[in-house]
Amino acid sequence: MENTTFLVVEDSPTMRQLISFSLKRFKNARIIEAVDGVDALKKLSGERIDLILTDINMPVMDGLKLVSLVRQNAQLQNIPIIIITTEGAEEDRERGLALGANAYISKPIQSSHLIKTISELLSTALG
Amino acid sequence: MTTDDYNRKGEKFLELFNKGKEFTEELLRENQRLRYRLASVEATGAPSANQEEIQQLRAQMQVLADENRRLHERFREVEEENKDFATRYVEIEEQNNNLANLYVASYQLHSTLDFREVIQIVQEIVINLIGAEAFAILLLDEKTNELRTIACEEEAPWTGLENLTVRWGEGVLGKVAKSGEAYYVNQDIEGGEITLEKPLAAVPLKIKEHVIGQIVIYSLLQQKDSFSAVDYELFSLLAAHAATAIFSSKLYSQSERKLNTIQSFLDLLTTT
Repeated sequence: MENTTFLVVEDSPTMRQLISFSLKRFKNARIIEAVDGVDALKKLSGERIDLILTDINMPVMDGLKLVSLVRQNAQLQNIPIIIITTEGAEEDRERGLALGANAYISKPIQSSHLIKTISELLSTALG
Repeated sequence: MTTDDYNRKGEKFLELFNKGKEFTEELLRENQRLRYRLASVEATGAPSANQEEIQQLRAQMQVLADENRRLHERFREVEEENKDFATRYVEIEEQNNNLANLYVASYQLHSTLDFREVIQIVQEIVINLIGAEAFAILLLDEKTNELRTIACEEEAPWTGLENLTVRWGEGVLGKVAKSGEAYYVNQDIEGGEITLEKPLAAVPLKIKEHVIGQIVIYSLLQQKDSFSAVDYELFSLLAAHAATAIFSSKLYSQSERKLNTIQSFLDLLTTT
């Protein structure tokens, strides 16, 4: 799991920094940040992304819409997606996973849990 | 058959008989020798070749059994050590996570001198890192000696947080401001129901011993049951760092306003 490129989609600079900080555990990780769904789609069109981590509640375009659009795009649909959100209700989790997210993590995040989830998804994606 | 023939046959028979006699005597001697040997072996208890081998094998078995027991003990010790290491690893992971949270929180708090941005960052920390759902940030108005809400996150049934006003030294919140000591409902010996006046937690924002405000938490996100160890660390960090960040950003905006006023005044003087 070296040289992985992550896209962190989060409107809160504090959370972007915290997630990016955790991702530095992956050797030679490249971290691209986006502030909302629209910004994320722009970054996705110009970069090869291995995994997306997205919040739900964001201005301009929320995380659920972003997940849905990524899954409909032939070039992007296989990228693993993790939703990281304050919405901890079971129905929110089910909705996120039904739209195509591979994992759903409620805030506040535990760095170790995040790393474990990412490792599992990348292992599956790499076959 | 002649007499000579009979004599020769008789001699042969006698010869055979003598050989048989010698053989029988030899067998009897060997038998006696073995009986004697057996008797002497039984008397001295000396092991036979097989018994020696059995005893050697038994000794080897004993050595192997001891070795096996020793290895089992070592295995148990290593297993215990392994458990200790696993526990330690989890603790270090947790500590690492906590330090990351504290680092990011303090980094963000001091990343700007814009008052609204600082307040926004404090809110982000309280929501995303602590996991609060309903809370208010109060600042002290030194003219009226009251604490008033400057930012809040409301979530039913916690409404009215926007207009919270607390008299210095009165009630739980007023006492927190006056004493400078944080209040946590789980450490309150009286316990009881959470109300606007008696929240889950109230953390004073202090610059040294000078209280400038407080963060009051009323409810946590539904996936969070209670405060964790790192939350108390974050509260301590917020108590000091949020206070200085808020205070310095407030001073900065005031000085900027004054600078603009002076600049305008100077411009006016130079143009006239």
